[in-house]
Amino acid sequence: MSAGDTPVNSPEIRRLARVLEPGHSYESVTDKIASIVLTRPVSIGWLAGFSIAFTLMMVLMGSIAWLITKGVGIWGINIPIGWGFAIVNFVWWIGIGHAGTLISAILFLLNQQWRTSINRFAEAMTLFAVACAGIFPLIHTGRPWMAYYMFPYPSTMGIWPQFRSPLIWDVFAVSTYGTVSALFWFVGLIPDLATLRDRATNKPAQIIYGMLAMGWRGSARHWHRYQSAYLLLAGLATPLVLSVHTVVSFDFSIAIVPGWHTTIFPPYFVAGAIYSGFAMVLTIAIPLRAAYDLEDFITMRHLENMAKVMLATGLIVAYGYFFEFFMSLYSGNKFDMFLVQQRLHGPYSSYYFALIICNILTPQLLWFQKVRTNVAALFVMSLVINVGMWLERFVIVVISLTRDFMPSAWGRYQPTFWDWSTFVGTLGLFVSLLFLFVRGLPAISIAEMRELVAHTSKDHE
Amino acid sequence: MNLPRPHLYGLLGEFDSPKQLMDAAKKVREAGYKHIDAFVPFPVEGLSHALGLGRKHDLVPLLTLAGGLGGGLTGFFFQLWVNMYAYPLNIAGRPLNSWPAFIPVTFELTVLGASTFAVFGMLALNKLPQPHHPLFNVERFKRASNDGFFLCIESHDPKFQLEETARFLQSISAQHVTEVRDED
Repeated sequence: MSAGDTPVNSPEIRRLARVLEPGHSYESVTDKIASIVLTRPVSIGWLAGFSIAFTLMMVLMGSIAWLITKGVGIWGINIPIGWGFAIVNFVWWIGIGHAGTLISAILFLLNQQWRTSINRFAEAMTLFAVACAGIFPLIHTGRPWMAYYMFPYPSTMGIWPQFRSPLIWDVFAVSTYGTVSALFWFVGLIPDLATLRDRATNKPAQIIYGMLAMGWRGSARHWHRYQSAYLLLAGLATPLVLSVHTVVSFDFSIAIVPGWHTTIFPPYFVAGAIYSGFAMVLTIAIPLRAAYDLEDFITMRHLENMAKVMLATGLIVAYGYFFEFFMSLYSGNKFDMFLVQQRLHGPYSSYYFALIICNILTPQLLWFQKVRTNVAALFVMSLVINVGMWLERFVIVVISLTRDFMPSAWGRYQPTFWDWSTFVGTLGLFVSLLFLFVRGLPAISIAEMRELVAHTSKDHE
Repeated sequence: MNLPRPHLYGLLGEFDSPKQLMDAAKKVREAGYKHIDAFVPFPVEGLSHALGLGRKHDLVPLLTLAGGLGGGLTGFFFQLWVNMYAYPLNIAGRPLNSWPAFIPVTFELTVLGASTFAVFGMLALNKLPQPHHPLFNVERFKRASNDGFFLCIESHDPKFQLEETARFLQSISAQHVTEVRDED
């Protein structure tokens, strides 16, 4: 580097490179993060946001109650489109969850310091997204009270699940994913729960955090085993997160339906999952840091890095779209070629073009640093990508099913009010859980932030 | 006041920074104390080494391996048993032992077994949950989850002498040397 130190060392570059704003001590990070949970009064904004989200959650409850009363006929699904919104929403939600595990596990293994202040709420996002995702296949079964049939248990009928079916793989993948994400999240929380226990001033908080902290006292012996367990969990969660969306993609690609039966599905689904997940992390991080003055901890560096990950995974997704297209034409298979034509000119072509605009064209703006460091632009873009990824699943599920092989078996799909209310209801559930999480648990890992303070102060000496 | 003295757990010294604590831990070990532990608000690199805790203290990886193997083998052979003996389904003459189709579930159960063993093994080896500990009687110990770095010499150490050990802790620049007591 003979160019001199001016450009590298310019104040602007240093500002963008920080993972933690200067001037923080162990105590100040503890104070700042713990105070959001323990001392900060409930604001009007929080109450208003929570009320709206909670109302939408009640819409979900109502929709599910009506569904159980009347059956899946209240949705727009019918033969040939048996999957509809339920599966679109399932794949969308489960994909969103993937960014949380990616941030907490893969970036941990890669020793990326910028993961520290975003991993906790990203993991919470994963859990809540998996909770929303899990609802859909369950209620889509038609008789959700029989859902335990999917698990292997010694039944008096002597029957067992069909382990050769991707739908059963899905049951195992999603339930393992939910369990491991919860464990990972909880292990990360233990030292912070001890901090809250020690700082809480009222009895109920002391008792609740005290029980959850399980008597953690920061012993060096405990930390030693804790760190090895955490590292092993990260190592285990990494292949797990890749496997989950791979298995979800098998639900499609094992079938012979045109547009589904392709080998590109697993990597393309995983990339799409991470893409939508990072968009959702940005959608949450940007208001969170503004509402609770966390700009010192969630810095421009974090936002910019997430934008870069979005750009990279977005390009992989674009590659996936291109090759889906190319392989259909190259295969010479007339049903596959017909599907391409349907995407471009069929009754749902507007969805396909909206998808291209949201997922491929818009993110190209992220090549520019001006856009990556513009908080408002990033927020809007994260919403656009969330919509785009939802459209992608709609295109995959609906266009392939409406017109497959025999024109006599073709059909159309029109979502009903209940389709929409169930979907919007899960958004309410997700946001309600996030609101409760922000006020009940530290949204940023305090112990890891203290470690970061130790590292960054060492660098400056 | 001649109340019965509660049982003495050890002596607790406080340090300002991880570096001071590391130096102190080395000196305490050199002085021949064996039953010592440090309490820190975040994992400090090299601390377990300075305290003389080797790799042998860490059974977590082994437990994780056991959990993973247990989960994976159970998962695979369970599916095999279901498909070959308990509920054989002949679908277009495909083999009953269609093992490639069993791999996804086997993989998931491997990860599930390994993760649960890692987490619950770690907690069990750390003897957590443990709601009460004599150290929680020390008011300043609250800082161990904030910005305090503590070193404790336990009273059952053969070299432990209340006055002498307290003086020794002060000599290695520990602040607020406190007796940790507990009612039996």
